[in-house]
Amino acid sequence: MSTRLKSGGRLIDRSAPVEFTFNGKRLRGCAGDTLASALLANDQMLVGRSFKYHRPRGIVASGAEEPNALVNLGQGPRLEPNQRTTTTELFDGLEARSQNHWPSLEFDIGVVNNYAARFLPGGFYYKTFIHPRAAWKHFFEPIIRQSAGLGSAPKDRDADRYEQAYAFCDLLIVGGGIAGLQAALVAGRAGARVWLVEQTAHWGGRAPVDGDVIDGLPAADWVERSVAALMAMDNVTLRLRCMAAGSYDHGYVLLDEKIADHTPGDGRPKHRLWRMRTGKILAATGAIERPLSFAGNDIPGVMLAGAVRDYVVNWAVSPGDRTVVVTNNDDAYRTAIALHEAGLEVAAVIDARAAANGALPSRARALGIRVETGRAIAKVKGGKRVEGVEICLQAGEGSASSSLPCDAVAMSGGWSPVVHLWSHCGGKLIWDEEQAMFRPDPARPPLHQDGSAMVMAAGAANGALRDALADAHAQVNIALQALGFAAASSDAPAHTVPDEAPLEPVWVMPQGASVALRSKMWLDYQNDVKVSDVQLAAREGYESVEHTKRYTTLGMATDQGKLSNINGLAVLADSLNTAIPQVGTTTFRPPYTPVPLGALAGEARGEIFQPLRKTPMHGWHERNGAYFEPVGHWRRPYCFQRAGETVHQAVEREVKNTRQALGFLDASTLGKIIVKGPDAGRFLDMLYTGVMSTLPVGKCRYGLMCNEQGFLSDDGVVARIDEDTWLCHTTSGGADRIHAWMEDWLQCEWWDWQVFTANVTEQYAQVAVVGPNARKVLERLGGMDVSREALPFMAWRDGTLGGFPCRIYRISFSGELSYEIAVPASHGAAFWEALHKAGAEFGAMPYGTEALHIMRAEKGFIMIGDETDGTVIPQDLGLDWAISKKKADYLGKRGQERSFLANPDRWKLVGFETLDGSVIEDGAYIPDHGMNPNNQRKVQGRVTSTYHSPTLGRGIALGLLRQGPQRMGEVVEFTKRDGGTTKARVVETVFFDKDGEKQNV
Amino acid sequence: MSDPVSALGGATFEGFASVREIGPLGMITLRAKAGTAGLEAAVHAATGCALPAQRRIVRQGDRAAGWMSPDEFLLILPYGDVAAALAGIAQALQGQHHLAVDVSDARAVFRIEGAKADQVLRKLSPVDFDRLEPGELRRSRAAQVAAAFWAEDGGFTLVCFRSVAAYVMGLLSTSAQPGSEL
Repeated sequence: MSTRLKSGGRLIDRSAPVEFTFNGKRLRGCAGDTLASALLANDQMLVGRSFKYHRPRGIVASGAEEPNALVNLGQGPRLEPNQRTTTTELFDGLEARSQNHWPSLEFDIGVVNNYAARFLPGGFYYKTFIHPRAAWKHFFEPIIRQSAGLGSAPKDRDADRYEQAYAFCDLLIVGGGIAGLQAALVAGRAGARVWLVEQTAHWGGRAPVDGDVIDGLPAADWVERSVAALMAMDNVTLRLRCMAAGSYDHGYVLLDEKIADHTPGDGRPKHRLWRMRTGKILAATGAIERPLSFAGNDIPGVMLAGAVRDYVVNWAVSPGDRTVVVTNNDDAYRTAIALHEAGLEVAAVIDARAAANGALPSRARALGIRVETGRAIAKVKGGKRVEGVEICLQAGEGSASSSLPCDAVAMSGGWSPVVHLWSHCGGKLIWDEEQAMFRPDPARPPLHQDGSAMVMAAGAANGALRDALADAHAQVNIALQALGFAAASSDAPAHTVPDEAPLEPVWVMPQGASVALRSKMWLDYQNDVKVSDVQLAAREGYESVEHTKRYTTLGMATDQGKLSNINGLAVLADSLNTAIPQVGTTTFRPPYTPVPLGALAGEARGEIFQPLRKTPMHGWHERNGAYFEPVGHWRRPYCFQRAGETVHQAVEREVKNTRQALGFLDASTLGKIIVKGPDAGRFLDMLYTGVMSTLPVGKCRYGLMCNEQGFLSDDGVVARIDEDTWLCHTTSGGADRIHAWMEDWLQCEWWDWQVFTANVTEQYAQVAVVGPNARKVLERLGGMDVSREALPFMAWRDGTLGGFPCRIYRISFSGELSYEIAVPASHGAAFWEALHKAGAEFGAMPYGTEALHIMRAEKGFIMIGDETDGTVIPQDLGLDWAISKKKADYLGKRGQERSFLANPDRWKLVGFETLDGSVIEDGAYIPDHGMNPNNQRKVQGRVTSTYHSPTLGRGIALGLLRQGPQRMGEVVEFTKRDGGTTKARVVETVFFDKDGEKQNV
Repeated sequence: MSDPVSALGGATFEGFASVREIGPLGMITLRAKAGTAGLEAAVHAATGCALPAQRRIVRQGDRAAGWMSPDEFLLILPYGDVAAALAGIAQALQGQHHLAVDVSDARAVFRIEGAKADQVLRKLSPVDFDRLEPGELRRSRAAQVAAAFWAEDGGFTLVCFRSVAAYVMGLLSTSAQPGSEL
């Protein structure tokens, strides 16, 4: 059984007990524990179930590579699924629940999959769910969805907050082990702006556990001294709990900093995502130990040798009283020695190599530890925990020669450098035959925009498992020189580690294992991929490692194959009778370990999820019953609801009141762009289909803008301000786009034209004062002559109204007597209130965008986005009158001459009046006779705007119909959602006040 | 006539740095190509400042002139003095191709102050604040919207569009939450 040792534990504080629960059971740990070390201290060996076979799963590792010990952490608004216990710092009140089992962890129904394992081979999903096709949707998919995923998905809104921050540095050093610390010392002294980040809560990495001696000091002391020295440097930033998730082009790196994971609810952000631009990246990310593939290597109690050592030394936790160490290298002897020194029994070291005579094996033997060379584990005995191992010859087929009772197995298959940051952006790897590892190929690094190396690997991450310090020293000097800093003059500090004999690659144990044994050798613990599955994939023709990965799901679990990939591809290479480098690795993709979606969203949630644009009158609208709708990023009142009124009733009231008395519209969102210069007239003549250069000063003209293809893009009223200045109104959503469009033409095509533009949309609050009483309210405010003679239709004047400086445009989008009045935005709210005060006696009411839409439809005015959809040209809408025939050119002219757009058969705009007065449904089509080649009903038109007209008391619509204007009086049918049709008569587009008498009074 | 009202009416927030909306502030967008005769005189007439160099802002008392692009300048002055300044510019640049418009009301202006004021902006703008020099004007973004800022008087002045003032205030106060110091 696993337990807490009486003494030791360099990272824990025994005087600070911490209470937590696992599956509701109250347990105790110490400050400094990880959840994994605390679970082991409480003899909780079984912590979860595997994904496919629901096999019992225990803790395998001590860090980010852990595939098994994932839990649901917290609950309700703080529930996080799939949290690795090995990287979760223990805190008081922590609640963890195990995953992927039903009804309980100890007794799990899903385990029947385990006994059906021979029916669930590699590629099972592909083979099983292909036939019959219908079964996928109705039977297989629901079951797979039900059983998919390990943890439970959070249902509540996240209670925590997250943020992002930008950072810049010359050199980012990833990994706070001795390699990273040494690199930071050198770079810091050279004066570079340095960031050193470490994903765990502690500096120093493995060296303090492994007993390295640096500069004559125990590694832990050297680490402490180095961190103190770095803290004293202003140019060095140190961050613990900060994981470099990915490297990207141009030295961009994303880092996930865990700020309050271990102090939930303290008010700090839970995570912070750093978005960093680096000069160079030094990946001192260490190495990950590989498991060995022997039968039963997934039974709880089988752990990585390095992890066993970590638990003993760092947290004073023994995985068992009696441990068998199984290895193919010298490093694992450190574990045997550490266990022995902690007073625990090492049953034996099973070494697959024929001989083990290095410094560490010799020391182990001297301590009286039994060492068996040339041996292997035939199988591990036990179910929910290890009970013993059977020993056999590594060279044989697995017949056991003896058996050893034990309650833990510490395995080591060698170490693989963590090359993720090197590989994310295209760095290549080479296979190091001697060390049996893929390591960064210094000749093929990921490249910067200038062709130089973007990432340097250093220390164990660079394959220098033993000379990490010297390698980091050398690599940081290369980085510094590339950055233009002076390299260190001194040498790396003396680093004393025992000599080690070479390892012997062992991919299957024993090497001639039978199928029965290979079917119990786990490669991917989380996804249940075994040696036999990869071999089956190879037999079935999956030669590419990427195909094998997807066929078997090897390395596709939440740990992304940190333990399984190299072992898996070595087995694949062996099955294909090829060399490992020929098989290669799968692609390394960010993030290195999962990053919370909350961190990726950052501050963008709630009120600041997206910028909401507000006019100066927005507050008044909110206070007066506005029912808002989004228009671009603006929020505009759709209508102003009064007590007891539905939205529809409010809209009807607003239309009628505006037509009969007086309505005010907040039109501030309309785009306003000033165009000025000697060539401004010529420029606008190119931009608009009509002629703007001839517009007299003081006058307004309606204009259309098309894109190069000829399709209608925007419309609005243009006012001539002075001899070389025009003001162009755009649609509410179009101001930024049209301003950019203007600048694009001016900067890229007509750069020699003398024209300047300025987007002054937000400088002005603009109010449409509309209705028969419009003139009366302005006269009541007083200040300027707004008579028909002084301010005729389609003219503008500057002046004051009620003391407000303003510019009045006599334009109408409703068909009523209408003035659009622009005042400085800082006076907008006051002006709006002044209008309401003065308008009360004339029956003034505010109206919203829906009333605006209805009134313009009654008048047959088009709306960009309703009558246009990017495939409509002005001629389709009967707007030929707004297209100059005299001009040699305008944007879109050539496009409109293309045969398809000039075709007389095009759908053209007409009005529709339903025979029964009902309202045609939004989006309805006008079906035609016959079917198209896809066996769909042909269509001859569609509705573009459809409303109930309060003015006329019946349904009106605008729509596009093939040869529409030639079919006046014809009755056509519109589709309905219930399958029926609505009959409507083709009429002119103007439904109300056809002669325009009301607006021109 | 009413008094001019800024977008948020002088909203404030106290976190690990203090945030306050200031203004209304007079602002003029002046567009003219480099080398236009009278350009320096125009900028001087409006602000008393010399023509700012690339990415710089020059200040004289309560007036300033900032470089926005190779042919655009931002002139800052008291709100009530804009009309007179525009007249001065028109006179200095008479006969020269240029555009000068009042944009005072199109903007919202914030001050971010305190020893850690830079940290508020480091969370919102992809800008290297370690290298931001005194008198440097940065046109960048604050999260999802355009923003320009510069360091002065022991803090930062930030300018954004008026319609998104509440969004920017939300950003600044969220970023300045106590406990979230970088």
